[in-house]
Amino acid sequence: MSKIMEWVDARLPVTELLKSQATEYPTPKNLNYWWNFGSLALLVLIIMIATGLFLAMHYKADANQSFDVVEHIMRDVNYGWLLRYAHANGASFFFMVVYVHILRGMYYGSYRQPREILWWFGIIIFFMMMGTAFMGYVLPWGQMSYWGAAVITNLMSAIPVIGEDLVVWIWGGFSVGDPTLNRFFALHFLLPLVIFGVVILHLWALHAVHSNNPDGIDLHDAKDSIPFHPYYTIKDFYGYGIFMIIFCIFVFYAPNFFLEPDNYIPANPMQTPAHIVPEWYFLPFYAILRSIDFLGSFSKLAGVLAMVGAIMILFVLPFLDRSPVRSFRYRPLSKQLFWIFVVDCIVLGWVGYNPADATIFNGALPLIIIGRTCTAIYFGYFFLLWAITALDIEKHQPVPKSI
Amino acid sequence: MVTESDESRRDFLTLATGAVGAAGVAGAAWPFVKSWSPSADVLSQATTEVDVSGLAPGQMITVPWQGKPVFVLRRTPAQIEAARKADNEALPDPAKDADRAKKPEYLVLLALCTHLGCVPQPIGTGNFGGFLCPCHGSHYDTSGRIRQGPAPKNLPVPHYEFKDEKTLVIGKV
Repeated sequence: MSKIMEWVDARLPVTELLKSQATEYPTPKNLNYWWNFGSLALLVLIIMIATGLFLAMHYKADANQSFDVVEHIMRDVNYGWLLRYAHANGASFFFMVVYVHILRGMYYGSYRQPREILWWFGIIIFFMMMGTAFMGYVLPWGQMSYWGAAVITNLMSAIPVIGEDLVVWIWGGFSVGDPTLNRFFALHFLLPLVIFGVVILHLWALHAVHSNNPDGIDLHDAKDSIPFHPYYTIKDFYGYGIFMIIFCIFVFYAPNFFLEPDNYIPANPMQTPAHIVPEWYFLPFYAILRSIDFLGSFSKLAGVLAMVGAIMILFVLPFLDRSPVRSFRYRPLSKQLFWIFVVDCIVLGWVGYNPADATIFNGALPLIIIGRTCTAIYFGYFFLLWAITALDIEKHQPVPKSI
Repeated sequence: MVTESDESRRDFLTLATGAVGAAGVAGAAWPFVKSWSPSADVLSQATTEVDVSGLAPGQMITVPWQGKPVFVLRRTPAQIEAARKADNEALPDPAKDADRAKKPEYLVLLALCTHLGCVPQPIGTGNFGGFLCPCHGSHYDTSGRIRQGPAPKNLPVPHYEFKDEKTLVIGKV
């Protein structure tokens, strides 16, 4: 065996790579469980690619067949129900894991110097995930698939001058139809592989600068770190176990919990369901889109810009945060802002889930008011984080010298 | 020995090669880009004929045209009256009702909300006696004009003609 490895290593240094980047890769010794979510995301990506590949072997992208073929997968294909339910629920769990992963990065300042490029690759992955999830949701060709596709592709029409032509180009027709379904299938197949490639870049960027840690301080000597294997391999596997228990509870006992009943109605271009909602993971952004309705004919474009801006602003986060301290553990004001931001995102999700003209307190308070307020708070987080750090308003607590 | 003229000659050649290469890539990309535009069979679905003789006043039907829903409403005198009255109000997208309905009795609308393309609900569901888009709460009046909500424009009136008393042709022949 060692002779074979010697022969290989002389030609391709596999052992050296595994040693330096995996088994003996130095990792901060104080990582907490929030650091499990990166490897969890990789696990879900692998589940999604595996189930997706085998679903594709049974699926047909055709406006007249796709709805039926999904039911054929559910009823006739051996374990087709398992493949599909794992894939559909996997999308939801992917976003859950990734949202925790992003929020962990925001709380412990993992986006700060020197990890900006690592952070940007992450946002690019997140962005491509959203595109992939959106196009995948179209494929069963139910009512929510169809109208979700109609609403989201129509966002492009807000672009001045070229918008209308652009939408027709994306559709390949004058409405969402068969050509749209076909190209979405092709792209839904391609994008996860691109995501996989960017994940490798993400890991490269991570290994170039090494992991951040809950204290947000640089490592000083060998005593601060432990080898990735066995310490973090075992911890990651423990996380996988917990994750799979929860994932399987949904796949086997509540497979339709995250799915919309309306998507079990075949797509009908002549009738929009009374209440269309995106998948839960898009709801906060959907609420931001809808909250801009007070600018007359500019509302549409402004809503789209606000929604896209809500993600794009993450790119400049490393430059907005000017604190000398990375981790919010030692930043009392930032910590409070962070939790307001988290609650705000959940409230935005709730607003997005409800109909546009819904009210609470017997009509006294239209939800749109809450939506606008929460949109302001969402962007306010980034402004205030800049303000309290750039203007030296926040006094940070003493930071330990070493971990 | 490399002279200054050699260097500028090389710069020129590098630039020229780059430019030709870029033009070549753009040219090669064009068929791929263009393949996404509507194909010939999609473009050929031009017109839809509708028999409107069976419509009672106040009745509305939805017909498909180029894969999109079109509302055909036979308006009641009250609905026409309401639409004309609003002509002089401050409208987000000003238009006269007379310009939107060739025959005042028949209102023909492309039933896709100008906000994000949902199909509005039938006549009488929205404020102003018109159409409500359920997705994001846009209200259109009895002429299909936007009155309230996020939509920027009135519901478009597709090109249509009355071939005879009872046959409506939607789309350009």
